[in-house]
Amino acid sequence: MQLADLVNRTSEWLKSTGPNSDIVISSRIRLARNLDKVPFPHWANKKQSENVLLSVEEAVAKTAELKNTTTFRLMDLDSIDKQFLIERHMMSLELAQKSDHKAVVIDEEETIAIMINEEDHIRMQVMQSGLNLFEAWNIINKIDSALSKELSFAFLADLGYLTACPTNAGTGMRGSVMLHLPALVMTNQINRVLAAIAKLSFNTRGLYGEGTQAHGNFFQVSNQVSLGHSEEEIIENINGLIRQIVEQENQARQALLSENRLLLEDRVNRSFALLKSAHIISSQETIDLLSMVRLGCDLEMIKNIGRKTLNELFILIQPAHLQKIENKKLSSNERDFKRAELIRKKLAI
Amino acid sequence: MLCDICAKNPATVHLTEIIDDQMNELHLCEECAHQKSAQMEQQFGLSDLLAGLTEFEKPNAKKEVAVSLKCPNCGLGYTDFKKIGRLGCSECYTTFKRYLAPLLKKIHGSNLHVGKSPFKVAVSTDKKMDLESLRSELQRAVEMEEFEEAARIRDQIRRLEKKE
Repeated sequence: MQLADLVNRTSEWLKSTGPNSDIVISSRIRLARNLDKVPFPHWANKKQSENVLLSVEEAVAKTAELKNTTTFRLMDLDSIDKQFLIERHMMSLELAQKSDHKAVVIDEEETIAIMINEEDHIRMQVMQSGLNLFEAWNIINKIDSALSKELSFAFLADLGYLTACPTNAGTGMRGSVMLHLPALVMTNQINRVLAAIAKLSFNTRGLYGEGTQAHGNFFQVSNQVSLGHSEEEIIENINGLIRQIVEQENQARQALLSENRLLLEDRVNRSFALLKSAHIISSQETIDLLSMVRLGCDLEMIKNIGRKTLNELFILIQPAHLQKIENKKLSSNERDFKRAELIRKKLAI
Repeated sequence: MLCDICAKNPATVHLTEIIDDQMNELHLCEECAHQKSAQMEQQFGLSDLLAGLTEFEKPNAKKEVAVSLKCPNCGLGYTDFKKIGRLGCSECYTTFKRYLAPLLKKIHGSNLHVGKSPFKVAVSTDKKMDLESLRSELQRAVEMEEFEEAARIRDQIRRLEKKE
């Protein structure tokens, strides 16, 4: 698989096929693993990091569960390629920052991504469409068990998997769910919901992961605690919380429909019209407008555009994607122009 | 729209800062945004947060022991950990166990793993290391008057010593 092949492909998790995929975009399980006694990436010397890279690559090659994957070494990627993978949620900004002895392993459906020498020696993730953490866990659990036959993972019976940062120790697991909550934002209830989530020891982040703010009414919810509960318990806890948030979002949507239907229809259709006719548009404006159109699509106010197309657009309109599609470097102004062109094409009926 | 900081380049990055419930919007050009983000990282890093947590109610005497503690496997000192908020290798967990156990409890509400184990569990580390860390663990348990825990550790030490 070549990186360029991905441009015209939609990641499986984006296809809006999973449970609750009107409100829940995707579910992700991440596991952090390290090699026993080998210094963690930030503390390792070049030779040690190189050895980690080689032994993990070898283990990946031997693992049947990972036979449809391709390994990309960061040294072989230019800055647009790296940004492109970040935009597709296949790797983190942290991995992209220094390229030495780092790699990311991706499968063709973009369900699996394994980062080598990020904060931990191994950071693997599995993504699924909609609210489907258990399926993601089933897949990643098999991959992890298979890899643990090839590699000696750092593990203590009482503290579990050992990670560079003690906040990840224990299961080394983070489950996160990406939610689209426009009605809770519009009815000014979102801060109450976010405060409740924080009280329950869960994190919320923006669309693009750690340190990003919530754009276009997207929120990522994940567990903070990784030690003292089993993987299944942690997932069950996240699921319970997510079901409540989904319920609240649905109630807010119904309230908007019964009290402000006209106003909502106006906003949805104006947003749709703007996207279909703009010739210059920033990514922030696009994301905000797309969020309204997506809500309109959920509420059947807009019938001839599918959620899959809208989900795809959230990814395609980002800077590195536009440059990958055009196959050249574009300035911020050029991107605003190309972005508008792409949106008009995708939304043309 | 021009950048709020340099007022020269067009603003392409839009940032919302929330400080004490006060929302503040900033519109920046790419260059100024880059500087700003570096500044923010400096202001508040995870390592500060962790370092803050480890400072909690620790008697001075213990602190001094911690200062000189170094991981025999990777050379990371406890003071390094407090500075960078990251451990050096898996052995650090054993070396710094008596300081990490309460920290983990603060972060996770527990310091006992229940969950999956790897297929291949590495053979126990250097026995001497185990004994050393158990002895310091025992001392801590006695100081904290956790006598049941102390008895459990004492038995574990005896078992290990017998094997030697």
